[in-house]
Amino acid sequence: MSRTTFFEVEVLDGRTRQQLCFLDKVEPHATIGEIKSLFHKSYQQLYPARQDLKLDPKGKSLRDDDVLQNLPVGTTATIYFKDLGPQVGWTMVFLAEYLGPLFIYLLFYFRAPYIYSHQDVFTSSPYSVVTLACACHTCHYIKRLIEAIFVHRFSHGTMPLRTIVRNCVYYWAFSAWLAFYINHPLYTPPSYGDMQVNYALAIFVLCELGNFSIHVALNNLKAEGGPKCRRFPHPTKNPFTWLFFFVSCPNYTYEVGAWASFSVMTQCLPVALFTFLAFIQMTIWAKGKHKTYSREFKDYPHLRMPIIPLLL
Amino acid sequence: MSAPAIGTTKTAHSDVAPKKKRGPGALATAYLVIYNVVMTAGWLVIAVGLVRAYLVRGSYHGLYFSIEKPLKFFQTGALLEVIQYISSNVMIMLCSPAPGIVPSSVVLTGFQVLSRVFLTWAVTHSVREVQSEDSVLLFVSAWTITEIIRYSFYTFSLLNHLPYLIKWARYTFFLVLYPMGVTGELLTIYAALPYVQKTGLYSVTLPNKYNFSFDYYTFLILTMVSYIPLFPQLYFHMMRQRKKVLAHVEEYKTE
Repeated sequence: MSRTTFFEVEVLDGRTRQQLCFLDKVEPHATIGEIKSLFHKSYQQLYPARQDLKLDPKGKSLRDDDVLQNLPVGTTATIYFKDLGPQVGWTMVFLAEYLGPLFIYLLFYFRAPYIYSHQDVFTSSPYSVVTLACACHTCHYIKRLIEAIFVHRFSHGTMPLRTIVRNCVYYWAFSAWLAFYINHPLYTPPSYGDMQVNYALAIFVLCELGNFSIHVALNNLKAEGGPKCRRFPHPTKNPFTWLFFFVSCPNYTYEVGAWASFSVMTQCLPVALFTFLAFIQMTIWAKGKHKTYSREFKDYPHLRMPIIPLLL
Repeated sequence: MSAPAIGTTKTAHSDVAPKKKRGPGALATAYLVIYNVVMTAGWLVIAVGLVRAYLVRGSYHGLYFSIEKPLKFFQTGALLEVIQYISSNVMIMLCSPAPGIVPSSVVLTGFQVLSRVFLTWAVTHSVREVQSEDSVLLFVSAWTITEIIRYSFYTFSLLNHLPYLIKWARYTFFLVLYPMGVTGELLTIYAALPYVQKTGLYSVTLPNKYNFSFDYYTFLILTMVSYIPLFPQLYFHMMRQRKKVLAHVEEYKTE
């Protein structure tokens, strides 16, 4: 008597409940990821990253590494499908989001035609702070690109196309707006002169280094731990990581610090507005992350706040 | 915009499918009932004011001046609704595992109230020359009828005694009132443009200490352009709500 019972899998559309695909002779130890590949064979357009499979149309999505026989299904499994729309890989996402501001700012710095008035085309500002600001902005985005390519490891493979378009519009438009004022012929340098610029620059550099240190630390955490052994980040020998004593997401803390110091350095209201909005968004993310950590680890340090030491 | 506030999907859904949900407590309900009764009364005052002024003057021109103060008071008072929604939803936001998600009703209500307040203060009040325009009467009357129906709808819903007529009116009148209000609003903004440009109203120019500039004239034009994507979305949203709400009632009737 054969012990291997093959499963049958029928895939229904989550909304219309129509049968989209019927798979027979599926191995019991097949993963959802493998089922997605099988589904892809019938529907060329719907590559696995675009597929959202669930056991209950209103329930949680199944993970790619879930095994068929461990799921609460009989030998005929009914799975509901939703199309997540075109997806883009994370690396592409970051390239699009960061290359835009990088080049757009430079267009304004060099005063490309049709931005400012005709006699200002390709002129340069007499203020050193303007060149400094350009260097800072450019280095910030180069650093981000390097991190995106070499440092980050991503848990999800992709992001929906719609989200990327929206994010890119936001980043690109904002960087154009702030670059417009900083590089404007009528730009007014900071009220407290060189002292203001230099202090702000120092803090900016420290925050960038801090942010980079945290990204490296988080990356190492993922590398050492592996997918099953989950640990939360700790301060290391690097003094920049000592912020972990006080906050769950020091990378966001440093990021806000960098943009705040950039605002002070340029004394430009649009930059301050960008900083404020970024702060709100990152606080929301930090709170979420903090909550996840607190739930998952019983020994999570009580002193830690999500993003601002002792406060928020 | 002049659409009936879409932010009441909570109450709308309670017409559609009786769900077990955390409603407001007794004190909160009392406050909300009082609020909605006061708002209904306020907009009735505006409606009566308009009719009386028309009868006295014999023409419908320049009626804005007769209801200017109550209009400002009650339209601005609607900002309280945004606070109401935020406070009732803030507990959900704080406790939710993904606190980045804001219920769409907060966003939609907030947006509508803000755009109305903007029209009232930043356009009509600020640019004296447009106050005698007929387009002002167009949106004021659209808002008035809409708000009377909307606030009485909320009042009755809170008291769990909603006459079908009010529900029907709320989900039907908008079909005409919404385009009417939007037309009035757009024409008013358009009428304000030359005066804004001439006087440089609310505009900041370079150079200045904070390296910032703002051109109110361009801002108004962008506002007008934003109606193009936003108005159809809101309008069709209300039409979908209408199908849901009124269709279900018919189902109950046939049982």
